[in-house]
Amino acid sequence: MSTVDLFAILRGLPWTVALTLGAFLAGAVLGVPLVAARQSRILPLRFLAMVFIQIVRGIPPILWLFIIFFGLGMSVFPISPFNAALAGLGLIAAANMAEIYRGALASIHFGQWEASSALNLGRWHTLTDVVAPQAFRVALPSAASYLIGLMKETAVASTIGVSELAFQGNQLSQLTFRGLEVFALVGMFYILLSLPVAWLSRVADGYLQAKVAR
Amino acid sequence: MLPSYEELSAWLPDLLSGLSISLQVTVLSLLIGIPFGLLLALGVLAKNRLTKVIALFLVEVGRGAPALVLLQFIYFGLPTSGLTLGSFTAAVIALAWNTGAYTSEIIRASLQSIPHGQREAAVAIGLNRLDALRYVLLPQGLRVALPALLAFSILIFQGTSLCFTIALPELVSRAYEIGSNTFRYFPALLAAGVLYASISIPAALLVSHVEKRAGSYAQR
Repeated sequence: MSTVDLFAILRGLPWTVALTLGAFLAGAVLGVPLVAARQSRILPLRFLAMVFIQIVRGIPPILWLFIIFFGLGMSVFPISPFNAALAGLGLIAAANMAEIYRGALASIHFGQWEASSALNLGRWHTLTDVVAPQAFRVALPSAASYLIGLMKETAVASTIGVSELAFQGNQLSQLTFRGLEVFALVGMFYILLSLPVAWLSRVADGYLQAKVAR
Repeated sequence: MLPSYEELSAWLPDLLSGLSISLQVTVLSLLIGIPFGLLLALGVLAKNRLTKVIALFLVEVGRGAPALVLLQFIYFGLPTSGLTLGSFTAAVIALAWNTGAYTSEIIRASLQSIPHGQREAAVAIGLNRLDALRYVLLPQGLRVALPALLAFSILIFQGTSLCFTIALPELVSRAYEIGSNTFRYFPALLAAGVLYASISIPAALLVSHVEKRAGSYAQR
């Protein structure tokens, strides 16, 4: 394995990182209205959000990318592989982040809501000033491990031609017939990428965990 | 946009046989992967240094690398070292490795969640290590692990869709093939999506039901 080969694989790195961060950001933002709808007091809205989350999570990521890239891209509107992957993974991330937020909200002790209503805080202020800051801290470790999971999920984007790590590995193995080293190296890159995220999450968790009432 | 009735009836046999391959891969991966996960969990908890290192390596690689890369490593990578596998075998090996790595963490966590007194009591009544595991620890640990193992089984079922990349004729490959033959990608892929969802969603509802029940019986 020469250094030239190493650089060929490394060219995929920025795409993997961009796809991961983009999809995670989209999911973290879109997950908020989704969980709000999921917890809403209006039954149809709650039902719709639940159905949406179940359907998004019930279909494998690779199929979502195909539906967006081949299904919609070929017949409705042309879309680039990267945008299709971003849209598909963002959609999946939104559904999963909504479930993570929901779990975090459920873990906040009921007394916090009661204390807020005893202090005559409205529903909105209870949420933004009391519950959400604590729920954020509870959600952090699961969100971080989801970020790592999402990073590995971006490998499926290679199937629609996004030139990220797995795609470059695939190309290189076809070029050099040295699949064993190439894929071992690609796998190692994914593991290396996940290490700083895991470390950051553990550090942040240590700082934030102290301020949650359960 | 939607498949017509004629199209559906023409595609359905093909899609269903793809689904059956997906299910076969799922079942085999779980049947091999979960016992493998138990072995890995015991390996990670073992006192022997070498066993521990090997088990940790297998777990970290199996969890850390994407399932897609594991698949391609086994299907495209191993032949360069002289070992050629069919796509079905390669799929089962890769997904079983993936399953083993994830479930070993689930099983390890649930074994460690059993109160220490149980282990001490097992020693006190003279059970050896194997019997303590078989009669005391595993029955309690697996009960704790069950919801997580079921939830992971759904993920592995969805993970079989990755076998598209190693030319296994499973559900996604069939739908893609229909799409490229007829240029009706959207309806064909949608039909495959409905088939996936019709298994994953009821399974997810079942898992959340089991989770609630397991929660109400847990005594800790």
